[in-house]
Amino acid sequence: MIDALNAGIALLLLALGAYAVMAKDVFAALVGYIAYGLLLTLAWMQLRGPDVALTEAAIGGGLTGAMLIAAATRLRDRDAAARAPMPGIGARVLAATLSAVVASAVAWSVASLPEPAATLAPQTLAAMPALEVGNPVTAVLLGFRALDTLLEAIVVVLALIGVWSLAPDKAWGGRLGRLQHAQPDGMLAYAARILAPIGIVIGMYIFWIGADLPGGKFQGATLLAAMWLLVWMAGLTDAPAVDRRWLRAMLVAGPLAFVAIGVFGAVQAGAFLAYPAGLAKPLIIVIEIALMPTLTLVLALVLVGPPLREPER
Amino acid sequence: MTALPLWFALVPAALIGVGLYGIVVHPQPLRKLVSFNVVGSGAFLLFGAVARRGAAVPLNGDPVPQALLITGIVVAFCASALAVMLILQLHDRSGDTSLEPAGEA
Repeated sequence: MIDALNAGIALLLLALGAYAVMAKDVFAALVGYIAYGLLLTLAWMQLRGPDVALTEAAIGGGLTGAMLIAAATRLRDRDAAARAPMPGIGARVLAATLSAVVASAVAWSVASLPEPAATLAPQTLAAMPALEVGNPVTAVLLGFRALDTLLEAIVVVLALIGVWSLAPDKAWGGRLGRLQHAQPDGMLAYAARILAPIGIVIGMYIFWIGADLPGGKFQGATLLAAMWLLVWMAGLTDAPAVDRRWLRAMLVAGPLAFVAIGVFGAVQAGAFLAYPAGLAKPLIIVIEIALMPTLTLVLALVLVGPPLREPER
Repeated sequence: MTALPLWFALVPAALIGVGLYGIVVHPQPLRKLVSFNVVGSGAFLLFGAVARRGAAVPLNGDPVPQALLITGIVVAFCASALAVMLILQLHDRSGDTSLEPAGEA
């Protein structure tokens, strides 16, 4: 029964992935890709990674789909490249051969993975009591591999700086993105009013519960970002101007607090990002709370885009 | 230790192949980006399958790859968003999203 379920998910994943790549129509391909993202969530559950499944559901199924559909809508009107010819049959056969060779090489290396499988699970479990965190994934993210999480927090802020750097000169200092037009009494505005409060509560819950159960700041921040985007798309609020001090302060607060705690560890516990005994849990909570606004803002604002309107003077 | 179902090893490999094909043959940047994300999710799934192999009682999977996967998914999303913005910028400035040099397109 479970085997049949797994086989079904796997085959459907492959079919949807292939459809997202091969479909003739751009919109059909994107819809296929969104369905693919949602199905991936199920695959993560079957692979027993509920934390990953939550992330995938929020990002792969939600934010990425919204972003791609919005982009395709803006490109549709005069997209010359949409009518550009596919390469000739020879080039396509060559590409297919190359892809088949790469896929076979990957499959072969998976088949020849060492037995027994290498794992860090026992070490993680053995070291977890010192952190007083109940969720092993959170323990890895903020304890044993905290440096990865720190670098990631910096990378996402850099991505937002990259998006902002595409602003036209005259729009610098103006509000982000375009003004959203939606009917004030339409379906979107109604949905935004009803859904946003519920989504914010669920987002905060997922954030808080992450210490002990599946969840955490990434999943919670994605949900909060999605709720703000919904309210923004419904025209109920507008994006902030790019030169707001509070905005910039909140964007760097998370990584800066993370670095500060890392330096504190270097002084107190002898290594960068080491936690002094007994202080691990409070410091992890401080990092999580500091990263939450940064991640929420970045995940929402990379979708809004660079400032496109001239500053109001 | 759990025996890994074969399809969770072979399907990611096939997804990587399919996505790679899409990156090569599609002329439109947005389609290339979707294909690139299919390759990425194939690689993530493979990593997830490896995490599942590393299960040790009482855990159902190795938490180290799972944590890195969460980081990876968030970073991949931010990179894709930056790519989408670059494509839109190309469209706004040149009127199309062709990757051909101007004059030949």
